[in-house]
Amino acid sequence: MAEFELGRHLYRFPGGLKLRHHKQIACRDPLTPAPLPERLWLPLAQHQGPAGECLVEPGDRVVGGQPLTRARSDREVPIHAPTSGTVEALRDGPVSWPPGGQARCIVLIPDGEDRFEPLDVPEDWTYESTDALIERLRAGGLAGLGGAVFPTAAKLRGEFPPIRALILNGSECEPYISCDEMLMRSRPEAIIEGARMLARATGADDVVIAIEDQMGEVRKRLNAAIRAVDAEAPIRVVQVTTIYPEGGEKQLIQVLTGQEVPHDGLPQDLGLVCLNVATAAAARDILIDGRPVIERIVTVSGPGIRHPRNFVVRLGTPIAGLIAAADGTTGAIDRLVLGGPMSGLPLASDRIPITKGSNCILALRPEDTAREQPVMPCINCGECIRVCPASLLPQMLYKHLVADDFDTARELNLFDCIECGCCAHVCPSHIPLVDHYRHGKGVLRERGIEDARAARAKARFEAREARLAEREAARREQREARERRLKDADRAQDEVRAAIERARARAQKDTGDAGDNDA
Amino acid sequence: MSGVLTALVVLLALLLGIGLVLRIGAKRLAPDEDSVVERINAVLPQTQCAQCGYPGCRPYAEAIARGEADINQCPPGGETGVRELAELLGREPKPLDAERGETKPPQVALIDEDRCIGCTLCIQACPVDAIVGAARRMHTVIEADCTGCELCLPPCPVDCIDLVPRPAPFIWPEPDAPRRSIPIEVRHG
Repeated sequence: MAEFELGRHLYRFPGGLKLRHHKQIACRDPLTPAPLPERLWLPLAQHQGPAGECLVEPGDRVVGGQPLTRARSDREVPIHAPTSGTVEALRDGPVSWPPGGQARCIVLIPDGEDRFEPLDVPEDWTYESTDALIERLRAGGLAGLGGAVFPTAAKLRGEFPPIRALILNGSECEPYISCDEMLMRSRPEAIIEGARMLARATGADDVVIAIEDQMGEVRKRLNAAIRAVDAEAPIRVVQVTTIYPEGGEKQLIQVLTGQEVPHDGLPQDLGLVCLNVATAAAARDILIDGRPVIERIVTVSGPGIRHPRNFVVRLGTPIAGLIAAADGTTGAIDRLVLGGPMSGLPLASDRIPITKGSNCILALRPEDTAREQPVMPCINCGECIRVCPASLLPQMLYKHLVADDFDTARELNLFDCIECGCCAHVCPSHIPLVDHYRHGKGVLRERGIEDARAARAKARFEAREARLAEREAARREQREARERRLKDADRAQDEVRAAIERARARAQKDTGDAGDNDA
Repeated sequence: MSGVLTALVVLLALLLGIGLVLRIGAKRLAPDEDSVVERINAVLPQTQCAQCGYPGCRPYAEAIARGEADINQCPPGGETGVRELAELLGREPKPLDAERGETKPPQVALIDEDRCIGCTLCIQACPVDAIVGAARRMHTVIEADCTGCELCLPPCPVDCIDLVPRPAPFIWPEPDAPRRSIPIEVRHG
């Protein structure tokens, strides 16, 4: 493990862009809870990994906080009832991923009473073992709330070197998104308490909360919270330069340590765990209030929103309800985006519900999405190389991908692309580069699945052939043994006589019986 | 004269020596038949459907290696498969033999469990043991292991097996690439 002192000196990552922030428009109003909709749509799988086992059936009455699915491993994350009500159905509903696709959802009709039953909480979490803490966090449905929704339990424990430091990521660098900033302003104590818990669960003895250099107010509040909660806690607030995408996990680690996360490795290989500030606050809610992950802060913004703001939203609330709560749209909307303008995902419907990873909803008007110019051929200007934060060769990747040469693209480390969108943003030929990379990754992933399938079919076919051959050999052996016996004339006579006797006895016993003729 | 004789003797000895080395080399370093079969087999899609006329992908690979079978007999592999085989074996690619069947999108067998009478015939026919069940008990297909080879269809006496498209993972659509050249205004006159 390499030596570094976390955050004492700030380094730079290659590339990146200075972008206009557009964040303050959604930060003028205080955080308010979004109204409960008529129906909550809760996709069974809201995280990276398989869905948990469903525990409810249509018609069941549930209270807020009640688990609706059960995790069977650290890769699975349970979901909980966001409020009290009745399970109407288990039905496919529109979701954000796959784009335009559907997934199985639990449809919950709130009863309006909003009864809540907390999870079992430890009397004093500092006496809990790390495994018990992680178990509780998993049972509370904790997953990365920064947007990737990686199961937190799988990040906190596993086969990796001991964790030295915990990085809490509060440097949301993408324009418009301000949910983490609002959280840090309104609940700094919760983040500090959560940081202590997560540090305990990982065994880290150093915690750095990284925020952007423009968030002076946030820094003051966090430092005040550290003094209020535990002045002795090894928690520091570090301000990093605002360059998109410094909020990316790998980029933030590079800024704080000067080291790169290995190409095929994890932050844990450097002795680091990186979690979002909202994940820390949610960890605190699970362990102190017994409140599982049933709501999150969502930014509703963009030029198409009349009154941009941040809401505390119960999971499962359809996006349409949030837009209405933000006083609707300013006019015709061309596109709804989940996430930010650089790396966000276009949404197929405003019926798509908020899930654990939904940090921001952007509404874009036709004039925001209109193409200025047609897509032109690549002119090898190299702008994309200059801005790529992963030190890739975007134009080479693009050329191999349009030539369907996916293997070379893989060799050029296509999978190290974090899809930040910088290359496409600066491309003077307006080539939608990230779409090409996403397509290429999809093709290569599918190929991997096909290869694995073929390997399994091959193994099973060969195992079956071997089994059949063995059985055939055994049969032949038996037949040959019998033939050898029959060569002896006397013994053959005896065998024949015995067989006739047996047949006669059976015939007498079975008279009148229809017989059972199956094998 | 003796010079000529010496030359002859030396040449003869050389020839014998080289001959011996080549002979031993040919025996010791014979092209590994197995590795050729293995490499051909790696290109084949492992559907084990027997449409090529051989009882599985490996037997077909062996037949190609022996020079018995042509490279265009595998419908699941499709034209891409033929191209890959041609590249591997240094031959000219040729169109798929249409008599063997057509290339189909990935599919899996699905047993209509209400109609299944539990005769076990499909279990015996499945080349990858992807059907479970017992005599007079309902059978079912292990979707993850089914190759969609269709070999279970003919033996079924009640026709309760259907082949349905295998759900494909989502792949981000490829944007329209600017494959056209730079538009140049041509002036006449």
